Amino acid sequence: MLKSVYNWVDERLDITPIWRDVADHEVPEHVNPAHHFSAFVYCFGGLTFFITVIQILSGMFLTMYYVPDIINAYASVEFLQTKVAFGQIVRGMHHWGASLVIVMMFLHTLRVFFTGSYKAPREMNWVVGMLIFFVMIGLGLTGYLLPWDNKSYFATKVTLEIANSVPVLGPIIKELLQGGTIVGAQTLTRFFAIHVFFLPAVLLILLVGHFIMIRRQGISGPL
Amino acid sequence: MSNQHDQHESSHRPPNRRKEMSRRQFLTYTLGGATAYMAGGVVLPMLRFAVDPVLHKKTEGNFVKVVEVSKITDEPQEFSFELHQQDGWYASTASLTAWIRKDESGKIYALSPICKHLGCTVGWNNDKGFPNEYHCPCHGAQYTKDGKNLAVAPKPLDEYKVKIDKDWVYLGDIVPNTRAK
Repeated sequence: MLKSVYNWVDERLDITPIWRDVADHEVPEHVNPAHHFSAFVYCFGGLTFFITVIQILSGMFLTMYYVPDIINAYASVEFLQTKVAFGQIVRGMHHWGASLVIVMMFLHTLRVFFTGSYKAPREMNWVVGMLIFFVMIGLGLTGYLLPWDNKSYFATKVTLEIANSVPVLGPIIKELLQGGTIVGAQTLTRFFAIHVFFLPAVLLILLVGHFIMIRRQGISGPL
Repeated sequence: MSNQHDQHESSHRPPNRRKEMSRRQFLTYTLGGATAYMAGGVVLPMLRFAVDPVLHKKTEGNFVKVVEVSKITDEPQEFSFELHQQDGWYASTASLTAWIRKDESGKIYALSPICKHLGCTVGWNNDKGFPNEYHCPCHGAQYTKDGKNLAVAPKPLDEYKVKIDKDWVYLGDIVPNTRAK
């Protein structure tokens, strides 16, 4: 059944080469945990991506209930977490996944560093990876404010004070991020916009670049 | 399957190979199954989360005290009352109106002023061109005293559930019209 549907589409659009290009490639022995168990360290990049996909999905679903407004934000989070079926699970995925993305990304970075995979000809991919790292940190920072509880409020205050300590430009950066002179209504909407529209868009573009480059250049050789 | 069968057919079929699963197929099923399981584990909670409003049990609305029985006349009169409603995390009071009268046999009934055409608000005798009718200003729907649809609207006006207690009229949920024939 599935096969005949696939064949029907394939006859007309010739889709096989498209997914072959994406999926059909040799996994070298030195990155295959079935050959050398220690090669599991090569999984961290893929795991980061896997969790990123979960983050995007769970985030999309959370916005069905969440409102970025200082009066209702906390109440809406409490509602979706306590009153909606699987609310605790879906928010749990987003909450724990956020930390896990950072952990996996860090492990991936360590693997790339210690296998020397950042060296020529892969320097550009290292740079793109670093940009992804900063975007992820930005996502973590902006997402942290959204529940609008005491912890997120003061964490954001601290972060903005850190931004404020940048020489010369500090106060401008702080006010720009804050959207005003206090951490308040405008900060929340601003962080929400950055968290769900701007940074994810940048992230997806960077990820595409990251993946195109790894496919072009292949995985770095064994140590 | 049965060996007997195989022996009969063995002359023109490769022996024993017939029902065996190829290694490729086994791996395809195993990996596909594992992937589907993981994807399901991720996506199903989110889908349940999203469809939750549809699956919530509808609670029976409370009756709200609206007006003394003595104030109800044969002529429909508009009364407003406030309904406390909890919409997700947001609690509010909705202001509702009802057109209440008693019929020839003295039975009190209350019509909802929400037009059954496209949801505007109708009024009794609100248009000189349509005396003694409910009329909707949006597209000219007309209804009788009982709420029966005369023009434009496809259905009669809805009714409120009515309860009389200690000389007060209480109104409850909106239900389909029971009077219009």
